[in-house]
Amino acid sequence: MSAPSASRNPLSALTTHLRSACAAATFLLGAGSVGQAADLNALIWCDHSDPALLQPFEEANNVKVNVKEFEGTGAGLAIVEQSQPGDWDVMVIDSIDVPRGIEKGLFEPLPEDKLPFADLFPQVKMDGSTIVGGKRYGITEKFGYNTIGFNKTKVDPADMQSLASLTSDKYKGKVAIYDYYLPVIGMAALAIGKKTADLTEADLPALKEELLKMKANAKLVGEVTASQTALATGEVDILVGGGEWVTAGLAKENPALDFSIPKEGAVLWSQSLAMFKDSKNKDMALKFIQYILSPEGQARLATSSCYWGMPSNTKAALTDDQKKVLRFDEQPGFLARAQAYPAPNADLDKKMQDMWTEMLQAK
Amino acid sequence: MNPSGNSGRALPRASDTLPWALVTPALGWTLLFFVLPFIAMGLSSLTAHEGGGFTLTNYSQFFTNPSYWQAMVNSLEVTAIVTVISVLLAYPFAWILAEQVPERWQRLALMLAVLPFWTSYVVRSYSWLLVLAQNGVINRALTGIGVVSEPLQLANTRLATVTGFVHFFVMLLTLTIFANLKQLSPSYRKAAADLGAGPVRTFLHVILPLTLPGIMVGAFLTFVLCIGDYITPQILGGNNELLMPQLVMMQIGRRGDFPLASALSIILMAVVSVAYLACARWLKIERT
Repeated sequence: MSAPSASRNPLSALTTHLRSACAAATFLLGAGSVGQAADLNALIWCDHSDPALLQPFEEANNVKVNVKEFEGTGAGLAIVEQSQPGDWDVMVIDSIDVPRGIEKGLFEPLPEDKLPFADLFPQVKMDGSTIVGGKRYGITEKFGYNTIGFNKTKVDPADMQSLASLTSDKYKGKVAIYDYYLPVIGMAALAIGKKTADLTEADLPALKEELLKMKANAKLVGEVTASQTALATGEVDILVGGGEWVTAGLAKENPALDFSIPKEGAVLWSQSLAMFKDSKNKDMALKFIQYILSPEGQARLATSSCYWGMPSNTKAALTDDQKKVLRFDEQPGFLARAQAYPAPNADLDKKMQDMWTEMLQAK
Repeated sequence: MNPSGNSGRALPRASDTLPWALVTPALGWTLLFFVLPFIAMGLSSLTAHEGGGFTLTNYSQFFTNPSYWQAMVNSLEVTAIVTVISVLLAYPFAWILAEQVPERWQRLALMLAVLPFWTSYVVRSYSWLLVLAQNGVINRALTGIGVVSEPLQLANTRLATVTGFVHFFVMLLTLTIFANLKQLSPSYRKAAADLGAGPVRTFLHVILPLTLPGIMVGAFLTFVLCIGDYITPQILGGNNELLMPQLVMMQIGRRGDFPLASALSIILMAVVSVAYLACARWLKIERT
């Protein structure tokens, strides 16, 4: 049984209308912030705002891509909720959150025959979350690992082959934790021998204990920029939750940064592209998705100035140096040891976030 | 008698309608960008995240979850420390500017004092992070001259958050206190001296009470801006403790729990309102 929709509840409906009125007022003042119907309007993560990625598509198709960055699925869906139907054409979304957009009736099924599904790494197709009711609503465009990022000149690389090192006294005060609860809880699960896909409420006490041990060793818990800066500047030597997305982009300036997939495994992250059902420019939206999934688009996205990550297309046109930095050839082994991103239901998600809050507040 | 001669109803005079016409844009702006969003936030805070419907759970969570409550305690502690330190640093600074710096240099001195405002708030916070970092200016200096053998942990602490805040708010308080000091007539001091008061007594019993409104206005602004700030604790605090704005933002990122974020925001606004009432009442007593 589905939850009652906001439109059926007077309080929710009134709140929604008021929020829409406020958003409309803001929109009127900032007219032009969402582009014309002929443009392509994309809700994106920062890696898609790189001109090196967008310009070739814009020039080839004589179209302007208007982008709006957001962080977190909740924030992205809120932007959609406060927009008019048809304002947005495509959206970047955590692959595990594609069903949230489908539940809200936002996404259009993607034509599988017009997209290079056969060329994707099989393990990152994420059929469990991108296919609903036999229809595919999202295509994985980039992936990577939340694992251990480290400075190999400061730590013993052999230690980085075990998650136990993260809580050992040897590295006390040398550790930063990436501030996103799902992947780090996933790593805590791996550390205590649990499968990320099987986590339940009963596992929370053990997970909390592991998180508190990590926190006791950590100097800081930082979002993307803060944790990346801490590792790059030598403030810390290890980043829990780091991976190629932290180290690869800095490889030229700081070749000492590396990542490992420890013996317990790592957490696989993946981001997908979805098309909006109400898009007024579906042909161009599909062309954009095709471009991003093309070998050239994949190479540009994988090496975006905001953060690097593995392209989901095995035929991505990366240079040998880029492949080496991303450890492209080692992917089959990495993928075999990686576990899925935790995908809790709403209730468990809330409890996990509260547990994360407790960890942050712990002295 | 009706001057127009063709109707029993008097036409509104321009003097009646003009004030309303003048305030209408401001009222419309306030209605659209404060009252409506506030009502929306209030209603949202009473709505269940899952399934909608009326609920008080969003408020009860704050009072029953120690981690949430702790965020408010942390916010109040940091804000109190920042306000007190900022006042203590800003008052002598404003005093020197107003009393010791020659009149012709005061404008330049004030401009230099507010120079930090010209840079981006985010950039300023990251600059502090680099100054306080393990390999930063302070730690290099301390280890270089042998004061400490190992770098101190200065960044990613409450100390770093307070430092970033104080750097900003000392300037703000300096401006409000300076303005207050400049408005004081020199005759107060002369009168106090005529009555036999020394400099210290004159300051404590004449100058300080007369500049208290400036201090209170600055302190209140500091309180409001500090308790609602997200950037500084996020960049400098290293998330080693959560403050209220961080807790609010946390509800939105992935889960999009706007009802809980709204409830936490309203609780934060209630605290600010209490602070305002306390300040307003106190200032009123001072004036009488």
